[in-house]
Amino acid sequence: MVIAKSNTLALQGTEAVALAMKQINPDMVAAYPITPQTEIVQGFSQFVADGEVDTHLVNVESEHSAMSACIGGASAGGRVMTATSSQGLALMWELLYIASGLRLPMVMPNVNRTLSAPINIHCDHSDSMGARDAGWIHLFSENAQEAYDNTLQAVRISEHPQVRLPVMVLLDGFIISHSLDRMESLEDSTVKEFVDVFKPEFSLLDAKTPTCIGAFDGLYGYFFEFKRQQEEAMRNAFQVVKDVGKEYGELTGRPYGVFEAFGLEDAEFAIIVLGSAAGTVRHEVECMRSRGIPIGMIKLRLFRPFPANELIEAVSHLKAVAVFDRSDTFAGGMGGPVFTDLRSALYESEKKPLMVNYIYGLGGRDLPVELINKAATELEQVAQSGQVKEKINYLGLKE
Amino acid sequence: MPKSFNVNKYLRMDKMPHIWCPGCGNGMVMSAFLRAVDSLQLDPNRVVVVSGIGCSSRISGYLDFNTLHTTHGRPLAFATGIKLAEPTLEVVVITGDGDATAIGGNHFLHSCRRNINITLIVINNYIYGMTGGQYSPLTHKGDFATTAPYGNVEPELDMCKVAESAGATYVARGVTYKPVSMEDMIIKALENKGFSLVEILSQCPVYYGRMNKKGDAVEMLKWQKENTVTMKAAAQMAPSALKGKIITGVLSSRYRPEYTEEYENVIQQAQESAQ
Ligand SMILES: Cc1ncc(C[n+]2csc(CCOP(=O)(O)OP(=O)(O)O)c2C)c(N)n1
Ligand code: SF4
Ligand SMILES: [Mg+2]
Repeated sequence: MVIAKSNTLALQGTEAVALAMKQINPDMVAAYPITPQTEIVQGFSQFVADGEVDTHLVNVESEHSAMSACIGGASAGGRVMTATSSQGLALMWELLYIASGLRLPMVMPNVNRTLSAPINIHCDHSDSMGARDAGWIHLFSENAQEAYDNTLQAVRISEHPQVRLPVMVLLDGFIISHSLDRMESLEDSTVKEFVDVFKPEFSLLDAKTPTCIGAFDGLYGYFFEFKRQQEEAMRNAFQVVKDVGKEYGELTGRPYGVFEAFGLEDAEFAIIVLGSAAGTVRHEVECMRSRGIPIGMIKLRLFRPFPANELIEAVSHLKAVAVFDRSDTFAGGMGGPVFTDLRSALYESEKKPLMVNYIYGLGGRDLPVELINKAATELEQVAQSGQVKEKINYLGLKE
Repeated sequence: MPKSFNVNKYLRMDKMPHIWCPGCGNGMVMSAFLRAVDSLQLDPNRVVVVSGIGCSSRISGYLDFNTLHTTHGRPLAFATGIKLAEPTLEVVVITGDGDATAIGGNHFLHSCRRNINITLIVINNYIYGMTGGQYSPLTHKGDFATTAPYGNVEPELDMCKVAESAGATYVARGVTYKPVSMEDMIIKALENKGFSLVEILSQCPVYYGRMNKKGDAVEMLKWQKENTVTMKAAAQMAPSALKGKIITGVLSSRYRPEYTEEYENVIQQAQESAQ
C-alpha cells in the first residue's frame, strides 16, 4: 500500500470542505449564503474569482434556486455541487425529491443547524433529519478531516452507476464548521485521479440522443417502478459506500466504513452517536473503559441508507444500547430518528439489547463530558438491572 | 418631528444592547419609524411589525409592539395573512434589500400588485449584511462584495420603479442622512391606504463600506449627500448633471382600490346574493 502524499493543514470545517470542492473542480456550483455554511460557498467563490477552478459559479437568489440550478446542471451532464444549512435545506425540500427522483448525481455539504422557530442558528441535526426520506444518501462527519474526506468520497458514491443518487455530506454547525482543526489534505492531482471524470448516463446537451427528463408519468405510468428502483439504488449504496471507503483508505491511510465501532468486542453496553459529539463520547468511553467499565461506542457515518444489518450484528450481543440523537421526531414518545430506526431494525433479531434514547444538544445546547457520563452511568444500570426506567431521555434540559 | 419624544417607551429595553455594529444605519431607520408612530399617535397595541431575516430584520425584536420575526424573504406573506385576518391593524414590514428583493422578490411583486394596505420599509444597505457581505439584487454593478471580489457583474434593480409599475400606491426613497424627511415619508406611507414602499438608502460600514472603500459611517453619509438628488431638485437640473445620481423623495403617490376593501366588497356581494 502506497499512501499518497498529503499536506498537514489547520483549517476550519468550512475551509476543509471548500478545499475539497476546489480539488473536485465541479462543472457548476450554485451559491447562496446561510450561517454557518456561508464560508463554504464564499471560500469556493474566491477560488472561482481567482481562476483556480474551471467551475461556473451561479450566485442565485435563494436555496430553492440553488438546488434548481444544480438539477439543471446535472441534467445537462455536469458535475454539480452546492452547500447549505438549516432553513436553506428546508427551502430546498421540493427540489431534493426532484434530484433523487431524477437519479441525478450531485454532492451537497450541509452544515447541520437547527430549524426555526424560535429562531436559533446553532447546531442540531433537525435540518438534515427533516430531509431523511428525500432519497438522498447522508454521510455524517466527526471533524474537518472527515468532512473533507466525505466530500471527496461522496462524488464517487453519488456517481456510481449502481447508485446515481444525490449525497449530503453533513458536518455540525459551528462545532465543526467554525473550529480550527488539524487535518491532512491530498494533492490536487491525487484527488483529480480519485474522483475521475463524471460520465453522465444522459445529458440534455447530447443533441444526438434527445432526452426527456422528469415528464408527467400519469396514473398508469411507471412512477411506482421508478420509486422501487430508487430504493434499489439505496440498497446498492451500502456496498458502494464500503468499496469507496476502502479504496480511499488505501490511498490515504484513512479507511471508511458505514460506521466506526470502538471497544464493542468486550463491551456489555454501548452508546451510538452521530457527528461531532462522537469525539466527546469517545473520550468518556475511553475514561470509563480505563476504569474497567465494559462500555463501547459506535459512531454512525452512513445514516441513509441505514446500515441495519451491520448494526444488528454489531450490537445484538450487548445488554443495553443508548442512542444519542441530536434531533427529535416529535412522534409522541418514539424518540429521535436514529433510535426509532435502530429499534425497528432490531425487531426481528433474536438477541437484542435493551434500548434507551438520549436526545441532546438541540439548538446548540452543549454536550459536556459530565452529561455523557450521566447517560453512560444510567445505561450501566439498565444493563445491570435488565430494566429500562425511562426510555426517552432529554439530556441537558434546563430544570 | 415630535417635540418631546420618549423612545424607550416603544422599545423592549430588556433586549438591549442591540446587535448592530457602530455606525450602522438600522438604528437610524428604527428611530425614524418610532418618531413617525409617535407623531401619528398610533396605538402600539394596534400596530404589527413583521420582519424577515437579516441585520435590519432584527428591528422587530426590539420594538414593544405586536411583532413577528419570520423566515428569510417571507415577511410580506406573513403580513398579508395578518392584514387579511384583521384589516383594522396597522401592519408594517421592516426588512432588508436581500430579504425583500432576492429570496422574497415574488412576495414583493404581488403585494404591490394587490395594493394591500401594508407599509414596507426596506433598509437598503446594498448588501447581505447578516451573512457577511454578499451582493444583493440592489448592489450596484461594479461594486464589491464578498461574492464579487472583482466587482459585481449583475446590474442592480430599482425597487422603487418595480413597486410603482407593479401597482404600489405610495413609493418613496429616503436616506439615513436625512432623518426628518425619512420620518415624513414613513408617516405618509402609514397614512396611505394601499401598499406603500419606503426604500431607505442606509449604510453598512462593516461590509459594504469596507469592501467598497467608502470610509466610516460619517463618510458614507457624506457620500449619500453627494450622490443623491431630491425629485424637486432634479426637476431643475440638466440630464448631464443627474448622471450617476440617485433620485430621492416621494417618487409616486396615487389612488388604486385597496385589496382588503375589495375583498370585503366581494364578501358582501356574495352574502347579499346568497340571501
Ligand atoms: C432560507 C434562508 N436562506 C438563507 C438565510 C441566510 N440569510 C440570513 S440574512 C440573509 C441576507 C440578509 O440580507 P438583507 O435582507 O439585505 O439584510 P441585512 O442583513 O443586510 O440587513 C441571508 C441570506 C436564511 N436565514 N434563510
Ligand atoms: S453588518 Fe452591516 S448591516 Fe449588519 S449590523 Fe453591522 S453595519 Fe449594520
Ligand atoms: Mg441588506
